Formats: sequence, C-alpha cells, structure tokens
Amino acid sequence: MIRKMIGAVAVGAFLLALTGCSTASGTGSAGAAKAPGDIVVGFAQVGAESGWRTANTKDIQDAFAASGMQLKFSDAQQKQENQIKAIRSYITQGVDVIAFSPVVETGWDAVLKEAKDAGIPVVLTDRAVDSKDDSLYVSFLGSDFIKEGQKAGQWVVDEYKNQTDPVKIIQLEGTTGAAPAIDRAEGFADVIKADPKFQIVASQTGDFTRAGGKQVTEALLKSNPDATLIFAHNDDMGLGAIEAVEAAGKVPGKDIKIVTIDAVKDGMKALSDGKINFIVECSPLLGKQLVDIVKKVVAGESVEKRILTEETTFTQEQATAALPTRQY
Amino acid sequence: MNASRMFSSRLFWPVVMLLVLFIINLVAFPGFFSLEVKNGHLFGSLVDIARNGAPTLIIAVGMTLVIATRGIDLSVGAVCAIAGAVACSIILGSPEPGSIGTVAVAVIVALLIALVLGLWNGFLVAVLGIQPIIATLILMTAGRGAAMLITEGQILTVNSPPFKVIGSGFVLGIPVSVVIAVVIFTAAALLTRRTALGLLIESVGINPEASRQAGVRSRGLLITVYTFSAFSAAIAGLILTSNQTAADANNTGLFIELDAILAVVIGGTSLAGGRYSLLGTLVGALVIQTLVTTVYTVGIPPIATMVFKAAVVTAVCLLQSPTTNAAFGRWRRSLGRGRPGTRTAERASVS
Repeated sequence: MIRKMIGAVAVGAFLLALTGCSTASGTGSAGAAKAPGDIVVGFAQVGAESGWRTANTKDIQDAFAASGMQLKFSDAQQKQENQIKAIRSYITQGVDVIAFSPVVETGWDAVLKEAKDAGIPVVLTDRAVDSKDDSLYVSFLGSDFIKEGQKAGQWVVDEYKNQTDPVKIIQLEGTTGAAPAIDRAEGFADVIKADPKFQIVASQTGDFTRAGGKQVTEALLKSNPDATLIFAHNDDMGLGAIEAVEAAGKVPGKDIKIVTIDAVKDGMKALSDGKINFIVECSPLLGKQLVDIVKKVVAGESVEKRILTEETTFTQEQATAALPTRQY
Repeated sequence: MNASRMFSSRLFWPVVMLLVLFIINLVAFPGFFSLEVKNGHLFGSLVDIARNGAPTLIIAVGMTLVIATRGIDLSVGAVCAIAGAVACSIILGSPEPGSIGTVAVAVIVALLIALVLGLWNGFLVAVLGIQPIIATLILMTAGRGAAMLITEGQILTVNSPPFKVIGSGFVLGIPVSVVIAVVIFTAAALLTRRTALGLLIESVGINPEASRQAGVRSRGLLITVYTFSAFSAAIAGLILTSNQTAADANNTGLFIELDAILAVVIGGTSLAGGRYSLLGTLVGALVIQTLVTTVYTVGIPPIATMVFKAAVVTAVCLLQSPTTNAAFGRWRRSLGRGRPGTRTAERASVS
C-alpha cells in the first residue's frame, strides 16, 4: 500500500515537472530569438512507401541535424489515424513548430484547430490539406502536383503530335484520396483533353507501390491489349508496370511507352535504360527550405502561404547525364 | 453427390461465388479464360490470379491449422516483411548478389529466423497461456518495426536474377510461386489428413485440456502449428519481395493476415476451432484474389473498390451462415412437399 502511494506521488511529481517544462518553453517562444538548440520541431511523416519518401525523410533529418535544431520524427505508415496521433502528441509535448505531409487531403480540421489553439504553428510539406480555413497552417511547402500532371500530359501531346490514330492510355493512380493522386490525374487530363484521340481506357490505383503497379498493370494490359501508353503517378508504380509489360511479352519504352512522376534513382536508371520514356521531377529535397521556414516562423517573421520546390523534367538522354550525380 | 448434399456442403457457396466472379470477368473481358504461351511460359488472367494469390494461399494454409486449434496468428504480415528484409539485406550485403549461393543463404537465413519467430508465438500461446490474439499481436506490431530496423527505413531494391525467380520465375511454363503454393498445400493436406495429425489438431481446438488428459500433447502441437504458420508466412514474404524485387518493410504483407483469415473463414473453417477444411481455404484464397482482379477488369472506380469487396464478402458470409442455410433447407423442403420419398432421403442425409 505504502509502496503504491510512493509510486503515485512519484508519478504526480513527474507530471508536474513535465507541465513545468512545457509552460517554460511556451513563454520562451513568445520572447526574443531562440537558440537553434532550443527549437523543437515535430515532423509527422507519411511513411516509407517509396524511394521518394525515404529520400524526403533523409533530407529533412539531415537538414535539421545540420541546423542544430531538435527534430522529433514519426512515421505514420500511411495511416491518417497514426499521423493525427503523432500531431496530438507533439501538441502535448509543446513543440515549437509542427510540420507534416498529410496522408490524405481531408479530415484535418479538428487536429489542426487543436494545434492552433495551443499556439503551435503548422507547416505542411509536400502535400496539401483540403480545408476552408487556411489560417490553420502558416505555410505549405511543396510541389505543384497539378503542374506535374500537366508536364506529363504535355510530353504525351508532343510525343504523339504526328499521330492521328487514337492513343489508348492506362493510368496508374496513387493512393485514393491523396493530393498527388487527385492533382496529377487532373493536370494530366486537363492537357490531353484538348485532343479527342487521347483516351484514358482504364485508371486504377496502385497505391504508389511497386507491387500495386505490377498487379494492376498485369490485369489492365489483358483487358486493354491495345493500350500503348502508361501514365503512372509515381516511379515505383512505373517500375512495377515495366515488369508487367515485360511479362506480357512487350517491350517497355517501345511497344508501350511509360511516363512517370518523381525521378527517384531506380526510376532514373530505368529511364536511362530506355524502359521509361519521360519522368517529371518531383523533388523530395525540401529539408533546407523547411528549416528556413521554421527559423522564420519561430522568429515571428511572416512566411509565404505557398512555397514551391524547384523542379525539372527528364528525357532518356538527360537521365543518363544526370544519373552519376543523383543524390536519391 | 446428390443435390441436397451439395447444397449443405460448406464449400457450395464459396464455389458458387468464385464461378459468379469468373462469369462477371468473362462478361467484362471476353478473353478472361484464354491461356497462351508467351516467351515459353503460360500467360493469361487465370495465371495472374494463381500467381498473385499464391502468397495469400500459402499464409492461409498455415492460418487454417492455427485457427483449427482455436487460435489466430496476426503476426504473419510482419513475418513476411521480416523475411523479405532479411533476405534482401543479405543479398545486398554480399559481394555477389547474382550468385545462387548467396540467394540460397539469404533464403535459408530468412526461413530460420521465421522459425524462431514462430517458436516465440507458440511459446507465448502454449507455454505461457497468453491468448493467441494478444500473443501474436505483439509480433504483428513489433515485427514490422524490426523489419524497418533491418532495412533502415529504406526500400531495398535488389538486382539478383536467382532471387527474382522465386516470385516472377517459371518452371516448365508454370509460375514458381504457384508451384511453391501447390507443394505447401499438398504437404499440409497429406500430413494432416493422411495421418492422425489433423484429428489431433482439431481435438486441441475443441478442448485443449480434455485432449491433454486423453494423451494428446497439445502444447507441442500448438507450438508446431504456430511455427508452421510463421514458416509459411516467411515463404510468402520471400515471394512478395522477389515479385517486386525490393524489400519494403512498410508495405510487404500489409493486411495479408486479414486476407488470410478471410480466406480461411470463406472456406468454411470456424474461428471457434475444432474443424478445418484446407480445400475450403484454397477456394477462399482464390475468391479473394479473383475479387481483386475483377475490380481491375470490370473497371470499378478506385473510390468504390472497398465497398464492392465488402459487398461480395458480406454476400458469401450471409449465404454460408447456418441460419440462412436452414432457411434454404426449409424452402427446398417446402418445394419438395408432396414427394415424401425425397423428404426422408433429405432428412437422412442431413443427420
């Protein structure tokens, strides 16, 4: 009994100490400039679903390590509830800034409101949220997915400009409901719809994974044997599609052209080998820009609501030239 | 087999559902049943279903035996991820990733680790008496974390032709993964149904204490089935990893435990233990994989996919439930009224 009481007192004291800490840091952030070592940033990552994501994670971790700030990192394994849990725990811990890449676009209002009420600024990286209230976050750092889809569509329009026969397209979508999946499909459709010869004959989700891309392509190539182009929303699904195309006895890059988005190393290798025809870059290296935003936000400076990452596109020749110096 | 026995068989509705799915596919895509030989191997939708369904079937075979002992193994997906992660990191770490020796070592080490994990599950359940759902939940959560540690959070891409054979290769035109699945299925069926082993497993499922007092070594049996389940999960994990030529600690075998349990249940094995049907599990695994293919061939929009799958699974479960079956029986008897001969025959076959 006495032992239990001592335990309870110890836990109580510990909790008091914890709350003491968080109030102290709360008043600190309101004051003048903080030393980098005192700044705590909570980052809720989507997961490690693709090579792109792991490059993104590494770049962010490296950038924060170099800046001297403390980074608390969590991996949501592609589940929204895990991400919400992570954000809530960052709020309880009283971090200075929360950054996260939302798994899906919707359903964030409640938890972002909690962060706002706790006075913790939120920075979105790489993916946006769909909310009427844009005061819930201070900035969105990331690529313009609609533009990426448009770039992919533009290449397709240019590639087939001399052809009058219909071009039958299979689209491998990203995770259903995810911003890149929705926007890339929209941007691509915007550009190709000007010419009715472009037909998306089938469009299914491959969940941004290689296994998904392979299995979907296997099935879709059988029900649509006359398809000549595959548009995959990321490299990994494109890599899966290459295997399915080869298994169907066709030559990827020739019989069936493949356009993807991301430009991760494995994708660039396949592009350089001629198995992919065109890749629109979606750079994961936004760690440095994120660190700058966090510094400004903590110092109380204003930041732009929408910050774009710098990106380009790659043809097969450009991929061969770029591969030796590719970081991810 | 007469009509009434066919109706009352637990396999009847799953088989009907499989046929219905085949017909839906055939209507949406007339070439569904066509089989050709391309590049010296079989090529066609049915081959894809068998090939992609192989990992689920292999895990479901292990799961069937576990469920027959009134247990459950939630950790199979995590074991898949660990096996893939171990194999890929060994292959990547070796100087010759393309040599058969390297791949053999990688596969053997992955399987040995899985055996240890299975023994751990069996130990928790049989020796410490922890409820199976809790005991295996530990490894389900911790295992994926362990796989992440092995891969250091990266997707490990391997370029090793011998390793690729496991998931995407062909033997005499038949996919290697299908051959592996057939071997495991047949071995499990022969070992448990041609010997008393199956009966002993079922008796443990009905009443472990009573079977122990009757002289059945239930503890050893439990450890064996959990070890076999982990072993089959590791084989499935190697197939999945080899198929995508990369170890992906987060996604390899994700939710496959649910697919496997569903396959077992669709096949008519009761979660209450004490009775199992490996043939039913085979049909269940085929139904699940055909369902996935149907979504693609029919072109069901990704947003509606989950609802479609749920509807099919609900239909199978409703049709299989004893209450529905009893209602069907009453309905058929009312049709057969006036022909007393049929009625007595039916009663006799039911009892």
